[in-house]
Amino acid sequence: MSPYPSLSDAELVRHCRAGDADAWNELVERYSRYVFAIAVRGFHLSKEDAEDVFQDIFTRIYTRLDSLRDDSALRPWIAQLTRRRCLDQLASRGRELQVDEVLVEEESTDLTEVEEAFTVREALLGLPAACQDILDRFFTRDQSYKTISDELEIPSGTIASRIARCLRRLREEIEGRNEASEGSRE
Amino acid sequence: MQLPYDEERLGVLLRLLRPAPEAWVRAAQELPGARRTLDEIVARAEADLAFRTALIADLERALVAEGYEPDRRFLNEIRDRLTEN
Repeated sequence: MSPYPSLSDAELVRHCRAGDADAWNELVERYSRYVFAIAVRGFHLSKEDAEDVFQDIFTRIYTRLDSLRDDSALRPWIAQLTRRRCLDQLASRGRELQVDEVLVEEESTDLTEVEEAFTVREALLGLPAACQDILDRFFTRDQSYKTISDELEIPSGTIASRIARCLRRLREEIEGRNEASEGSRE
Repeated sequence: MQLPYDEERLGVLLRLLRPAPEAWVRAAQELPGARRTLDEIVARAEADLAFRTALIADLERALVAEGYEPDRRFLNEIRDRLTEN
């Protein structure tokens, strides 16, 4: 089993700086959904524009990793790079007049939700693999009960209850993390 | 953060972070190799005038003739790097 998914962002950054290809693969895996969501959900870019932003952001991350001052601040750094790049993309499409509207509207709704979704996803990764898998299949890959049942070889009549059980575990995981976080601040 | 989470809210948030297209992710993961190739081409263009001339005349054709399979982003970056140099 690869050790990389369990590395903190700071550890991952250090491995990437050392030229570790597996660490880079993990960094892309960890943040690909995040960058994609900011571009598509936060700024409503077209698929073509989102792809340009996506590739450009990972190129910038790769080439500018040495300029990151605080290795543990990878996520806000990526968020900032992506938001700026999305605005540039909108401007290049002649949508300058809409940029302010986008910022005002989206900063308060969609982008905030993307941040919240990333936190939930981090908690998801703390669940057993079977729970991660079934929740990912149902919620982000839009698989039907039948497809999940066929692919995982479990009775379709138990899918709903398994999903509900995993959602409860996810909620407990989030609440546990929040309590730990509050405890560490006291 | 909005708390407590009910099942519906968790579902909404999980759906927000859908996977990026596999090809995009793969291309991003292959960046280190692509950067090395790019650096090699630029270094060779600096050392080999005939190669540089061929690149400037028809970048895509010259790269394909050398066995590369450049995509649009790769071509744009090489073009920028050659212009810088």
